[in-house]
Amino acid sequence: MQYMLLLYGAPDAEPLYGTPEFQEMMKGFQDFNDRVTADGVLRGGEALEGTDKAVSLKLRAGKVETMDGPYAETREHLGGYYVLDLPDIDSALRYAAMLPVATWGTIEVRPLMNYNPANL
Amino acid sequence: MAGAAPQAMAITRALTQVLSQDRGRLMAVLVARLGSFQLAEDALQEAGLSALVHWSRSGLPASPQAWLLKVAGRKALDQLRSEGRSARREEALARLIAFETEDSGEEIPDERLRLIFTACHPALDEKSRVALTLRTVCGMTTEEIARAFLDAPTTMGQRLSRAKARIATTGIPYAVPEPDQWDERLRAVLTTIYLIFTTGYTSGATEPRDLCSEAIFLARLVASLRPGQPEIEGALALMLITDARRGSRIGPDGATVPPAEQDRSLWDRETLAEGRALLETALSRRRAGPFQVKAAISACQMADPAPDWPQIVQLYTALLTMEPTAVVRLNHAVALSETGQIAAATAILAALRGELDGFQPFHAAEAAVALLAGDRTGARAAYAAAIALTANPADRLLLSKRLEALGPEGR
Repeated sequence: MQYMLLLYGAPDAEPLYGTPEFQEMMKGFQDFNDRVTADGVLRGGEALEGTDKAVSLKLRAGKVETMDGPYAETREHLGGYYVLDLPDIDSALRYAAMLPVATWGTIEVRPLMNYNPANL
Repeated sequence: MAGAAPQAMAITRALTQVLSQDRGRLMAVLVARLGSFQLAEDALQEAGLSALVHWSRSGLPASPQAWLLKVAGRKALDQLRSEGRSARREEALARLIAFETEDSGEEIPDERLRLIFTACHPALDEKSRVALTLRTVCGMTTEEIARAFLDAPTTMGQRLSRAKARIATTGIPYAVPEPDQWDERLRAVLTTIYLIFTTGYTSGATEPRDLCSEAIFLARLVASLRPGQPEIEGALALMLITDARRGSRIGPDGATVPPAEQDRSLWDRETLAEGRALLETALSRRRAGPFQVKAAISACQMADPAPDWPQIVQLYTALLTMEPTAVVRLNHAVALSETGQIAAATAILAALRGELDGFQPFHAAEAAVALLAGDRTGARAAYAAAIALTANPADRLLLSKRLEALGPEGR
């Protein structure tokens, strides 16, 4: 099964650039990347720019409306994701617990939708 | 043809009994072979229908359980063959055919630990865990479970189907967890079993299937399948000790009676002794955990000749380090007030007000502590607030009696 690990974190809870904690976080991600690559389970993953770089769009009555940033005033934002190919939710949760963000943010683990119901 | 009708009835009865008593064992093996809860349940149901026909014709087989397993496997095989090609079909077919060829004995492996861990997986919501465990491991019918939780049978049926679908879509494994996830997953299992127990305990033993007995059965099962685990023993001990005073928890007038005021002659000494002995065994392993501490608190409430409050205070202090929740802090405060530390208890209660304002036991505790502090007006107000929040008639009666005992206003 494929699982997406969505990394949510509040920007003010993240370690600051230049601090030892920041170094540790970067090393944590590097270790994670090495691990999922070595285990052969990595199917994809990217980090996202902050929500201040985002543009939101919707189509209303045939007209495009855009504005800066997301509407929702959530404290935790989506900062990145991984897609992993794993046997079950327990292994997905085990990998999620290895991510540095898990210590200050939230990792949402979601199975990718399987479009062939016979394979469930 | 005389005797045909009684025989048919005897067969039906025997089948019903096997399907209810051994359902957990049968389901556990079938899910392992089929890799799907839903498929296993459908196959077992079809095997039951087939059993009625065959057993009425040629009598009970030597091992009804082995017969049901074999036929359920074939029913599933039929079902899978009728489906289109799919990964699930290929996998399950391969597994089933392997079992068909090697499966010669009547010995049924006990796979129920896997079944329990899957049904109690934290990715399922609490109520679904409870329902799925009662259905698959205890063999309760959907109707019985619905009645125990005051739900409509269709609602409970939908909940069960959703839970089974979720196991498949979320990829919940049919496995006993690995050591690194064992503690967390065991906690989910024990919490689910304990929730079944407390639901039965507060609703009273009026149902045909008593939830307290089902919970104790489950805890005994887990303890026997994974011996030497102090938290499992602690959870079982907690339920046994609590169950021992079930006969005295409601007084002759229908009001709840707190343990300290119960008629001790009504306590089930045998169950209490078993619970205490089990708790001793658990504690001797020197790996403390919340269930062991709660069992010890329960045992101290039933100490002879009266509750051992100083010991209870210490136990709550220990529990606070494991479960720093508002409810544990509340119980800690109550225990403190019983040892005469009323100012400390009042201070804790004041700090908890914001969090527990809608929680009946908070106001009941506040009333008791106010009374100990000599504040009858405060006690009256708190009892009134507690009564307003109580849905349970027995608790309501107890609180009303307490309020009445305070006498008229202004004294």
